[in-house]
Amino acid sequence: MAEAFTATGRLRSARLVARAPILRSRLNVVALALIAVFALCAIFAPLIAPYDPLMQALGSRLQPPSLEHWLGTDQLGRDIFSRLLYGTRISLLIGVVVVASAGIFGTFVGLIAGYAGGLVDEALMRLTEVFLAFPALILAMAIAGALGPSLTNAIIALAAVTWAIYARLARGQILALRRREFVEAARGIGASQLRIILRHLLPNAIAPLMVQASFDMGSVIIAAAGLSFIGFGAQPPTPEWGVMISEGRNFISTEPWLSLFPGLAILLAVGSFNLLGDGLRDAFDPRLSRSD
Amino acid sequence: MRFLAFLLRRIVGIAAVMIGVSVITFAISHVVPADPAVAALGDHATDAQIAAFRAEYHLDRPLPEQYATYVVGIVHGDLGKSIRTRRAVADDLADSFPATLELSFAALAVSLLVGIPAGIWSAIYRGRWPDVIVRIAALAGGSLPVFWLGLIVIGLGYYQLGWFPGGGRLDTFVPPPPTRTGLYVIDSLLAFDIDALRSSLIHLVLPSLTLGYFSTAVIARMTRSSMLEVLGQDYMRTARAKGLAERIVVVRHGLRNALIPTVTIIGLTFGSLLSGAVLTETIFSWPGLGRYATASAISLDFPAVLGVTLLAAIVYPVANLAVDVAYYWLDPRIQRG
Repeated sequence: MAEAFTATGRLRSARLVARAPILRSRLNVVALALIAVFALCAIFAPLIAPYDPLMQALGSRLQPPSLEHWLGTDQLGRDIFSRLLYGTRISLLIGVVVVASAGIFGTFVGLIAGYAGGLVDEALMRLTEVFLAFPALILAMAIAGALGPSLTNAIIALAAVTWAIYARLARGQILALRRREFVEAARGIGASQLRIILRHLLPNAIAPLMVQASFDMGSVIIAAAGLSFIGFGAQPPTPEWGVMISEGRNFISTEPWLSLFPGLAILLAVGSFNLLGDGLRDAFDPRLSRSD
Repeated sequence: MRFLAFLLRRIVGIAAVMIGVSVITFAISHVVPADPAVAALGDHATDAQIAAFRAEYHLDRPLPEQYATYVVGIVHGDLGKSIRTRRAVADDLADSFPATLELSFAALAVSLLVGIPAGIWSAIYRGRWPDVIVRIAALAGGSLPVFWLGLIVIGLGYYQLGWFPGGGRLDTFVPPPPTRTGLYVIDSLLAFDIDALRSSLIHLVLPSLTLGYFSTAVIARMTRSSMLEVLGQDYMRTARAKGLAERIVVVRHGLRNALIPTVTIIGLTFGSLLSGAVLTETIFSWPGLGRYATASAISLDFPAVLGVTLLAAIVYPVANLAVDVAYYWLDPRIQRG
């Protein structure tokens, strides 16, 4: 019985792989694998990191990459590899928290606007437009500056500039879906409005939101590092990628590895999420992938 | 007539968005937990000094009154006085905006000159190595932090090769050209000042490459996909069938049609250039809006932050409007409705 169960399970997972369009492209598999590696680094940073990311060793400052310090040491003798690993934690955490909170809030606003229509829709969409008019980093900087520079405030600032696109996307989806037969049918059998929204509209509207979320993970990681770089996000000595690049700035001509490796980490992480976004978009909407 | 109605509708829309923008920027800068008076005067300021400061900047008035004063000021072109520079914010913005505009235009020029040919090249050689190179470079362009790229570019172009200056708009001993537009390249051309022209152009190279990489990637991707779509059209086959040279088929029949979506992207790109300019200017000591914004936000100079945010929020919809107008003239199908 147990064997049959396992065999069926294996068969099902094999079928799932064959059917899941996202896994058909090798690039998507690479992107997913890289994201998994980053996630594992973030979770197991304390186990993997050879040194304490905050431990200073002035005797071995500014060491180039070696067997002892794989990616070298910084101006305070801290191990760059260990700091990068802990930085993965912070960057992924910011990405997930910002995208999840902005995504949920924006989707909620979009659902209400699309479902209610009329004046509510008009008012909410004008508000969305206002937020979309700001260049994101300038608004985030203004908010983070007003609240005071810290990681938490950077997260609040980034969520405040990210939600609007989800509101617009969700509303568009709801407008396209709400006159469809299955929604009319649900209404016909007396389903409550909340049930129609949550059980019928939302699951069918989720695909473009997921694509956007994947791209936003990348742009939020970059924006958070950018805020930290100019002093509005995480503060030293936090091992955050943007802070690390900023700290290495004065050594770019002599010890370029200080800034080089955190930048490469951002490039890889953001590139993976962007690739995944491309893959999800193609998988959800094959028409878009025809030209690729 | 239809065009005028379209234009009017868009302008009213922009005005409505601007009101919202002013409310939000005002709210952000007035819900600050930190006290701007203390930030400006320091911890050792006396109560009397703080009170005088509050009165000078109307901080002692009720919020709705402060907002009303602010809006009346905006309408009259008065954005208040900067706490940090002690000058009118409008004057500060007028001084720093041309620098940002010049950098953004240069970056846009880089993205068009590199992005469009790269996109075409990639589409023509679809699936082969030129396509692979362009797609990888475009993917990297969308994933690179601009401030990191700036550092690498300075490290290479300034420290290692010594070919380009590492920051600023002009060499130390080159006087700026007489101000007409505030864009040094244009002004030095107008004044026939060859030294200033050479110096301003060479100072633009590294920052515009840095700022332009992201939009180059976006434009290359857009051109590639619209070119691929156009290359498969019947009229392209017809053009080839009647014996036209491949170059003429691609440029005259393909490119003209493929560029329409690219024009749309240019407007959207302008917004991202402004965001990117904040970081690029910080790295290259470029005396523009971005550096002004960063310095103002750090010192809790809320009239200045409000001014920059407002200006930035105007630029984006206006750039999009300009693109829509260009689009209207470019694509006859839209005019016919």
